[in-house]
Amino acid sequence: MSYLVTVRVNGVEHTAHIEARLLLVNFLRDVLDLTGTHVGCDTSSCGACTVLVNGQAVKSCTVFAVQANGADVTTVEGLAKDGKFHPVQQAFWDEHGLQCGFCTPGMIMTTVALLKKNPSPTESEIRSGIRGTLCRCTGYNNIVKAVQAAAASGRMP
Amino acid sequence: MVTSDFEYLAPSTVAEASRLLSKYRGEAKLLAGGHSLIPLMKLRLAEPKYLIDISQVKGLSGIKDERSAIAIGAATTYAEIESSALIRRRFPILAEAAGQIADLQVRNRGTIGGSLAHADPAGDMPAVVLALGAELVALTARGTRTISVDRLNVDLLTTSLRPSEVLTTIRIPNLPARTGAAYKKFENKASHYAVVGVAAVVTMGAGGVCTGARIAVTGAGPKPVRAKRTERILIGKELTPSVIRRAASRAGAEIGDRFNDDIHASSEYRAHLTAVMAERAITEAAARAK
Repeated sequence: MSYLVTVRVNGVEHTAHIEARLLLVNFLRDVLDLTGTHVGCDTSSCGACTVLVNGQAVKSCTVFAVQANGADVTTVEGLAKDGKFHPVQQAFWDEHGLQCGFCTPGMIMTTVALLKKNPSPTESEIRSGIRGTLCRCTGYNNIVKAVQAAAASGRMP
Repeated sequence: MVTSDFEYLAPSTVAEASRLLSKYRGEAKLLAGGHSLIPLMKLRLAEPKYLIDISQVKGLSGIKDERSAIAIGAATTYAEIESSALIRRRFPILAEAAGQIADLQVRNRGTIGGSLAHADPAGDMPAVVLALGAELVALTARGTRTISVDRLNVDLLTTSLRPSEVLTTIRIPNLPARTGAAYKKFENKASHYAVVGVAAVVTMGAGGVCTGARIAVTGAGPKPVRAKRTERILIGKELTPSVIRRAASRAGAEIGDRFNDDIHASSEYRAHLTAVMAERAITEAAARAK
């Protein structure tokens, strides 16, 4: 059975006929060609697939796309404005908050959500805030520095 | 991973959800946060033909002050519980426990009702709600039924909710004066599930003697259980460190020879952790009861 869904992704409305079992992450990657959102573990553990649904960080491998019907979704592709990095992207660049880069889209989206809830987190709040997003390179020290730099940038929207 | 195909239904009322559950009896599952169900469906350990999405049903989420109790809608997320000023003021143990579940992303989706109805043996909420002596409200086409939390958990992943019942409300009654509550868990470092978790609610009388105790253990056995042996040792005594230690050492008595034994921990280790976590939870609850 096919379902008609309309999802607003990075400010653009998309309408598509999909199967109920299509996961949100596969809708983004395979239907909309937005491959910035990664699939890591596919078991809601690693957080590489983190996107914002109505402003809240969720693991898009554990949400069916039909559940996002009518929702507002932001992926890593939606952060930069007018060719300029979002302050969290800039901070990850400046502090080299990545090694292989695979977790980076999820880490950045998690950070955007974390800083919206808590604009000036302590180091321990940052570490517990990002604990649902795993960096298998174990590059956490620079990731934490990047989150601190983004918080201190005074540029967070 | 791809789940089996299913039909997606999104009723707008609880009554409609219950009707759909009876209509597709045995072939339908309720979908709330989906963070237990969807992973099971990916592994094809669950293959419902119909998914009834109740996450958008009006009146099924939110936290209400009923003066003598608070009423938490079954579809209320952990994130909402963690950040609720009302819960932080009246039942801080609930906010603390909700904040220890999994991670920020999972807490934005996972719901208290889903946790109770799914009855994962390592879930956090089942133990906390059991220690708080909650009352659960379930709805069918024929009306509502109130279930004491003491009668909810039947066995591994099994509750006393009937096939067409929808859990709608978790009502937590006010605690007596001089009552303290705490939840302590030893968590798996990857999943943050409780290897063993203990929720303790302790009431102290005016004379410094314990007059009430509800201790609930999760993660240790197939279902969350009250540690009634421990409770009986505490009641009527001053809660000195040695009394608490002796009571906590019996916290696994009701689990007997049914301790879980898996890659995360052996049954012997879980039995040991049960006493340790019980001692910590009771000690903190007693300190807060003053």
